[in-house]
Amino acid sequence: MAKKLTVSASPHVRSKETTTGIMLDVIIALVPALIMCVVYFGLRALVLTAVCVASCVVFEYISRKVMKRNNTVGDLSAVVTGLILAFNLPATLPFWMAIIGSLIAIVVVKQMFGGIGQNFVNPAMTARIILMTSFPTAMAKWVVPFTDTWSADAVTSATPMATLAGVQGGNLTTVTSQLPSLTDMLIGKHGGSMGEVCSIALIIGGLYLIARKVISPIIPFTFIGTVAVFMLFAGKGHIDFVAYELLGGGLMLGAFFMATDYSTSPINKKGKIIFGIGCGLITSVIRIFGSLPEGVSFSIILMNILVPHIENMTTPKPFGAVKEKKAKGEAKA
Amino acid sequence: MSKIVGGVLTAVKKGRGGVSVSHNKNTAELPVERMPIPDKVVISMQQHIGVPCTPIVKVGDEVAVGQKIGDSDKFVSAPIHATVSGKVTAVGDIKLANGIITKGVTIESDGEMRMYEGITPPTVTNKKELCAAVRESGLVGLGGAGFPTHVKLNIPEDKEIDTLIINAAECEPFITVDYRECIENAENILKGVEILKDILGFKQVVIAIEDNKPKAFEIMKEIADRDNDKDDAIKLMTLKSRYPQGAEKMMVLSATGRKVPPGKLPSDVGCVVMNVASTAFIARYLETGKPLVSRSITVDGSAVRSPKNLRVPIGTSFADIVDYCGGFKTEPAKIISGGPMMGIAVCDIDAPICKQNNALLAFDEKDAAFKKERDCIRCGKCVDVCPMSLMPTLIERFARTKDAEKLTSYNTMVCMECGSCAFACPSGRPLVQYMRLAKQVLREESAK
Repeated sequence: MAKKLTVSASPHVRSKETTTGIMLDVIIALVPALIMCVVYFGLRALVLTAVCVASCVVFEYISRKVMKRNNTVGDLSAVVTGLILAFNLPATLPFWMAIIGSLIAIVVVKQMFGGIGQNFVNPAMTARIILMTSFPTAMAKWVVPFTDTWSADAVTSATPMATLAGVQGGNLTTVTSQLPSLTDMLIGKHGGSMGEVCSIALIIGGLYLIARKVISPIIPFTFIGTVAVFMLFAGKGHIDFVAYELLGGGLMLGAFFMATDYSTSPINKKGKIIFGIGCGLITSVIRIFGSLPEGVSFSIILMNILVPHIENMTTPKPFGAVKEKKAKGEAKA
Repeated sequence: MSKIVGGVLTAVKKGRGGVSVSHNKNTAELPVERMPIPDKVVISMQQHIGVPCTPIVKVGDEVAVGQKIGDSDKFVSAPIHATVSGKVTAVGDIKLANGIITKGVTIESDGEMRMYEGITPPTVTNKKELCAAVRESGLVGLGGAGFPTHVKLNIPEDKEIDTLIINAAECEPFITVDYRECIENAENILKGVEILKDILGFKQVVIAIEDNKPKAFEIMKEIADRDNDKDDAIKLMTLKSRYPQGAEKMMVLSATGRKVPPGKLPSDVGCVVMNVASTAFIARYLETGKPLVSRSITVDGSAVRSPKNLRVPIGTSFADIVDYCGGFKTEPAKIISGGPMMGIAVCDIDAPICKQNNALLAFDEKDAAFKKERDCIRCGKCVDVCPMSLMPTLIERFARTKDAEKLTSYNTMVCMECGSCAFACPSGRPLVQYMRLAKQVLREESAK
C-alpha cells in the first residue's frame, strides 16, 4: 500500500464538540448582557469591552510566545476572559487600568500557572479584586445609566448593594426612596459594574449555557438558592429584601458565568453542590455581616482555592462499589 | 419528602453516563452473504482471552474443515480448528491486525471444503457435559471480547445464578451482524436460550435489544412468545440506545437493576450475559457438531466500495475481504477491526481475522481525522459520561506523572475502556490511551 495507515488508540470517532465551540457559546451567552450595558452606559462601555478583549488576546499571544508554548488564541478563552473582566468594571474606568486588569488576568493568573485549565483562581475575578484594592476610587465610580460615561464627572450613585448594606432585619421602608424599583433591578437600570446590572440578560445567557449543556445547572442553582434561603432568614421573611439581594450586585454574573468556570470549579457533581452552597454562604455572610457591601467576588475566589480539597473529598464511588460496601457491612453484622 | 430528597440525591449520584453516538447502521438491511472460499487462510493460535494454543499439525499435513489444529491444556483457552480443507503450508510466527506476533497455521485451500470425518454432534445432558462440549467447539464470545464461553458457563457451585441475559444491544456504531443474527437466525437463538436455560437452570431469561432495532425485537418476540407457552421465563426488553449499553455491566444493570461491583463478574450478582450470535452457535453446534470455523462480519466505512455483511472463514485476510467488497473506493486512512468506539486500528491489512472480529471498517482521510488536541479545560464532560463513575481527566493527569497511589485512589482499574470519555472530550484528548497507560503504571507498581 502506498500510504501508511493511521494507528491510534480507540475510540476512532469523536463528538463534534470542541473547546472553541464551547467558548463561542459562552460569548453568545454574554451578548445580551453586552447589548444592555451599551444601552445603559453608552458607546464607552463597548470601547472599554473591546479594550479588555483585545488586551487579553494580545497578552495571551505574547505570553505563550515568550514561554515558547503553542499558540492558544484560537480557543477563544482569552476573549471570554476579556468579556467577563469588562463586565466587572465600571463604565468610566480609565482604559489603562483595564489593560492592567487584563495583564493580571491573563499573564499572572492564567498563563503563569500553565494556561487554560490550570489556573486555580478565576482570572477575571482576581483581576477585579486587585483593581478594586489598587484603584478603589476609580473602581467604585458607579455611574447612573444613561449619563455621559466619557466625561470625568459623570453622575454617580450608590449601588443598591451599598444601600442594602445599611438595612437591618430586611425592613426596606426606610430606604425605599434610595432603591430602584424591582423592575429596574431586573432590567438593570441602576448603578453598578457595567455587565452585572442587567440580571435578566444574564439569566437568559445562563439558561442558554445550561440548555447547550456548556455548564451544569448545579452551581448556579445551589449558589443562588443558598443566597435566597440565607437572605430569607436574614431579612426575617421580607420577600422584597430577598429579591433585591438576588438581583443586586454581581450574583447573577458570578453564579452563571464566573463560579461555573471550568478550571476553578469541581468537575464532579457532588463537588459542584458543595462549591455552590459554599459560594452562596460566603457571599451572604459578607453581605450581611461584613464591612463590604458585596461578597460575590471574594466568595468565588475563596471557594476556588478549596476546589482540589472538595474534589478529593467527593471522589465518586465507582460503579457498583456502594453495593460492595453494603455487603461488607451486612457480613459484619 | 424524604422520598423526593432521596430521588434527587440518587439522580445526582448515579447520573446517566454514556454518550449518544451516531448509529451509522448502514448495512442493517443487507443479508449476511457467504464469501467465496479464499485461496489461503492464516489461523492464529491466539483468538481468545487466555492462554494461546499450541499448533498440533505440521507443514505438509492435509486438514479438513473442523479438524482441530491447535489446543492447550489450560482451562482459560479455546481450541482452534481448521476453517478450510487443504494443506498446511506454514506453522510459525504470524502478525495479527493489532501488530501482535503470535503462532499461526497457514492452510492452502483445496477449494473443496471437505468436512472432517470426526465431527459428531455431542450428547449433552448436564452442565459438565455442556461445558466440555462448548470448549471442544472452540466458541469464544462473538460480541468482540473473545472470552472463552465454556469458562463463562462453568459457574462455580457456590454462586447462585438465576438470570440469563442475551445481549443483542449492539451499541457500537456501524456493526449490524448481531442484528442480522436476530433477523435471520431467531429460531436458533431461541433454541440456544432453551438449552442454556434447561441445563444451567436459569429462572428467567432477558433478551435485550436496543430501541433502534424494532424489527429484530418484533421477530424475536414472536418466537419467544410461542416458546413461552410452556413457561413464562423468557422476557424481551428494549434498551435505550445509548453507548455503551451493550457493555456487560451496563447490560446487567439495565436488565435486572443489579450492579456488578468493581472487579467482580456478572455471575457474582446471579447473571450470565451471552451474545446473541454465541447463543445461536451453541444451538447449531449441539445439532451438527461443527465447531467454530466461520463468523459473520460487517464490512463498512467511507473507504469501502460496497459495504456488506459477510460470513467468512476464520483466518481470511482483511485484504481478501475488502477485495470481495469491491476494494477501496478511496485510499483508506484508517482501518479498524471491530467497532469505532472500542475497535483496534489495523496496521497491516494482510492480517487474518480472528473469532472475535465482528467488523472491518475502513475510513477515508476525512472520517479518520480527529479534532485538534488541546489542553484539558476541566469541563468535566468525561466525568459526566463515564459509565463507571470515574474521573478520567484526573486519571490522565496522574498517569502522566506515574503516580500509582493517586491512580489507585481514583479506581483506575475499574475502567473498561469504552471510550465514552475520549469521545465526549471537547479538547480531543486521547483519554483511553491514558487509561491504558495508567493501568500499565499500576501493573508495574504491583509487580515491584
